[in-house]
Amino acid sequence: MTRLLVLIMGAMATVIFALVVLVILPKSMLSQLQAPPQLKPPSEQELAGRSLYISNGCIYCHTQQVRDPSFTADISKGLGSRPSVPEDYIHDKPHLLGTMRTGPDLFNVGARLPDRNWHLLHLYQPRALVPWSIMPAFPFLFRHKPKADPGDKVLEVPKPFAPGNGVVVVSEEAEALVDYLISLRHDYPAPSNEDQKEVQP
Amino acid sequence: MTETVASPRTQQDSTLEHSKIRVSADEVAAYDHSGRQPVLLGFFIAVVWLLVGTVLGDISSFKFDRPDLLSEQAYLTFGRIRPAHLNVMVYGWASTAMFSISLWLMPRLCRTRLRWATAATAGILIWTLGLAVGTVLLIAGYSDGLEWLELDGQWADPLLVAGAALVGASIWRTLAARRVHHLYVSVWYVAASYPWFLIIFIAGNLPIYQGVESAAVNWFYAHNALGLWLTTINLGLIYYLLPKIIGRPIYSYWLSLVGFWGLALFYALNGMHHLIGGPLPSWMIATSITASIMMIIPVVAVGINQHMTVVGRFGAMRYSPALTLAVIAAMSYTAVSLQGILTALVSVNRITHFTHWTIAHSHLGLYMFVTLSLFGGMYYILPRVLKKEWPSTRLVRAHILLVGGGMILYVVALGIGGVLQGLSLLAPSEGFEVSVTSTRPWLLMRSVAAVIISAGHIVFAYHAYLLAFTHRGSLTRQPPFFELKPVLVKKRAP
Repeated sequence: MTRLLVLIMGAMATVIFALVVLVILPKSMLSQLQAPPQLKPPSEQELAGRSLYISNGCIYCHTQQVRDPSFTADISKGLGSRPSVPEDYIHDKPHLLGTMRTGPDLFNVGARLPDRNWHLLHLYQPRALVPWSIMPAFPFLFRHKPKADPGDKVLEVPKPFAPGNGVVVVSEEAEALVDYLISLRHDYPAPSNEDQKEVQP
Repeated sequence: MTETVASPRTQQDSTLEHSKIRVSADEVAAYDHSGRQPVLLGFFIAVVWLLVGTVLGDISSFKFDRPDLLSEQAYLTFGRIRPAHLNVMVYGWASTAMFSISLWLMPRLCRTRLRWATAATAGILIWTLGLAVGTVLLIAGYSDGLEWLELDGQWADPLLVAGAALVGASIWRTLAARRVHHLYVSVWYVAASYPWFLIIFIAGNLPIYQGVESAAVNWFYAHNALGLWLTTINLGLIYYLLPKIIGRPIYSYWLSLVGFWGLALFYALNGMHHLIGGPLPSWMIATSITASIMMIIPVVAVGINQHMTVVGRFGAMRYSPALTLAVIAAMSYTAVSLQGILTALVSVNRITHFTHWTIAHSHLGLYMFVTLSLFGGMYYILPRVLKKEWPSTRLVRAHILLVGGGMILYVVALGIGGVLQGLSLLAPSEGFEVSVTSTRPWLLMRSVAAVIISAGHIVFAYHAYLLAFTHRGSLTRQPPFFELKPVLVKKRAP
């Protein structure tokens, strides 16, 4: 090559072509998606929990997607009753699909594990509930106090994991994160195939 | 733009014997000197980031073995240290070193001094400031939430864009002032990378995406950051180093063309293979799988081209750490690309998706290819800019053996661990527990590898310090390799 113009125009053409195919075209096609009626927009509390999920990097070990049963074991392993579809994510900004299953998928964790106290203790010390877990503990979402003040929610921590003295008090952040986790349930039927066809060219 | 008249000599130009290109040593030294300030600054900053990123990577790795390690403070939690490791390595170490390499290559390849060198220096400083702000915010809990795009959109990203644009302006201004007729293949890669990076980085960071389109943009960016930025500049560097050190031309001009344009066309469409089986319209994923398979064309073209350039002269690797690392990096590029194509096939992806196989794959790419290529570039470039030779062959040998050996252990261990994890995630009778416990020994081995690699980085940083800030090597007045001294073997070759 001897001409700068060929280089710059060619280089621009390829990347802009990819941008159109993978970003601009899907954006306009997906903009017509309708939220399924059973999918509630997240509450303020759940959004606060979601931003804690982001800032503490849960995404690096947990996915939020159920894949097609024709080539994965996602559904037979109980991650959900159906593969996830674009409509399920309509309120997500940014997406939290994830790329690693170092920990289990959380797309339906609210249906699988609806117990608040389980989640709170699990966040404080995962190994108190799941001995083989390698999930980090999040003690910084809780407060250690000599004794509980009125209105404090005290977390019951089993002996080997409890601090030597004082009590463990649940913070608003931990409550918000648990609210978000429990809100993750997509057990309604997938929107009809008609709707899905619209996003196919 | 100074367009000279096109001639049919294109092919001959690019396959000219180096001995026939009459460039005096003084002329080359003048080109090297013109970019001295930004080149040295960039390399210095890159090595600092390399050490920071190494510590972050080590902590992330150890946390898999001891999950309660450093978990008391929010800023030390795995979910913050791990993305900080990625961002520091990609934008701090690799990208800053790539700025320096581009700024050093362009004057030589355009046969003119570097233009707008001050803008390039400013660009590197602004970029570094942006990354420092972004990393501190990330550790403090302010993440944009998208892998590879975590850095804060308000405070960090504009600085990164400005920094890369300033360096790119210096590159393109130098290119416009070129005194050669023909554009060498390295110039295509290096010059195209800057507009590519700016376009994908801005497109990736626009806060206008929602739901699954946010996922599409995320992986459009993340894969292209690899394909149209990290890969391209390093391929440009390898295309420069191999023929230059061996002293014979690139094997085939046409294979270079196929490699470059094939990469530009297919790589840019690859991103959705990170979402195979995911909730995206299936035609998008199919497009990316197809483009991933098509990548075999540019990868094989580049592989053959570079192999045939070196073939018969592999013995020269004994004398040149830069050549050794460039050859290993070039081979790793072929290996990691073929592994990537394999992983994009649904039959393989159903096992390896969501597992540590992906981490092994990314380190084969970002380390065995990108980082080793950058080390090779620094071994070649720093003596020429500083006008003194690396002081110790022993430290060079220790560095290459530690990082090379450590990373082979890393990739093999995590690759095996990832496949075991993936098979367990697919096995209908096995609970999630098995996928965790079967991976743990391999994660421990990864931590061992991480320690070995870290030792290599300390050796390299110490050696670079000796070279740049002491006078130990300054007695060497001849250019590097004036005397053929074996670097990787103790005995002189027969």
